[in-house]
Amino acid sequence: MKIYNGDKIIPGLIIFLGLITLPLWYNMGKAAPAPEPKLDTPVIQRLAEKQCVLPKGEMRTGHMQLLNDWRTEVVRNGKRVYVSKTGKEFNMSLQNECIRCHSNKSQFCDSCHNYAGLPASTTPYCWTCHIAPKENK
Amino acid sequence: METSRRSFLKAGGLCTLGLASLPAADALAQAALPKVMANPTALVGKKWGMVIDMKKCWEKGKEGCKDCVNACHVTHNVPDIGNVKEEIKWIWQDEYEHAFPGQATHYNEEFIHGKKFILLCNHCTNPPCVRVCPTKATFKRKEDGIVMMDFHRCIGCRFCMAGCPYASRSFNFKEPRPFIKTELNQTFPTRERGVVEKCSFCEERLAKGQIPACVEACKPGALVFGDLEDPKSEVRKLLASHYTIQRKLELGTGPNIFYIV
Repeated sequence: MKIYNGDKIIPGLIIFLGLITLPLWYNMGKAAPAPEPKLDTPVIQRLAEKQCVLPKGEMRTGHMQLLNDWRTEVVRNGKRVYVSKTGKEFNMSLQNECIRCHSNKSQFCDSCHNYAGLPASTTPYCWTCHIAPKENK
Repeated sequence: METSRRSFLKAGGLCTLGLASLPAADALAQAALPKVMANPTALVGKKWGMVIDMKKCWEKGKEGCKDCVNACHVTHNVPDIGNVKEEIKWIWQDEYEHAFPGQATHYNEEFIHGKKFILLCNHCTNPPCVRVCPTKATFKRKEDGIVMMDFHRCIGCRFCMAGCPYASRSFNFKEPRPFIKTELNQTFPTRERGVVEKCSFCEERLAKGQIPACVEACKPGALVFGDLEDPKSEVRKLLASHYTIQRKLELGTGPNIFYIV
């Protein structure tokens, strides 16, 4: 088989493939490490039983849904107290309850959100209205 | 497989029984945790309202007293934009002719000259802002009649501002945070650019068993808050013993703020 102008096409194709996969080569071995949200705030350290509203796995996958449900219950239905499966009562408030323990927003919230490609200033836009905790950096 | 009429009816009966037990199963499921409930210490009312005794405010209050306004705006992180067109107000002061435009007569001026009325959201019985809101961000709570906002849901269309005849609603034309000159109340959120805001009758304080911040801050006790449906409440006693006026009653919005003049 003979390719007309093969001496130009084949090197051209190779260069093209090289260029189009350049981002892959460029970033090879430079993958950002998976974030490890820090839970060692002073308040959490003092807790006898380190148990959030839901078990860790459920919170990790479903915290956004929980926050959304809490919002609806508080704002629409006026229900402000959440009784967890363990019978513990929580004040359903991001700004007054979640933050009380998780006062390290930059390590707890932002580390994952940034890793997932959600810029901290835009999505999720909790903190454009809710007041973020003061952190000692 | 052949099914006899008899066995078919039997199975049908069993199925119906199963359906009938659904409500019972639901009730059982609801008792299980986790669950949500109202704060047991919350103030409970069927229809919150307010009586404002302007005489007390003018006679006993200090000249230029703005305690109620300041208390509210500090509590709710209300910004002070500094110009009338873009101002944000939850509770504010204005003159008689502006507050009660249909009722001013030629000679009212002598009696009421220069005196400011305390104005806030009327938490109407028939609120036009709720009717026009396309996203149901503004709604009227069935339990206690508070006209409330879900800021998360507000798209900033400002229909409610056009609908409200009392100018109780303000739009955030700018990012409000730089304009909050007092120290931020860390327990209450701010708003962001592009949402409307208004008085919420301190719904978050009622839920903790506290009266609204403006009522608490008024030293002469000119603001009285209470349940209009409860004949024994202080507001009903005041309404029974005083002649009161309401703002723009003729519009049929059913305002729930009453003024003793």
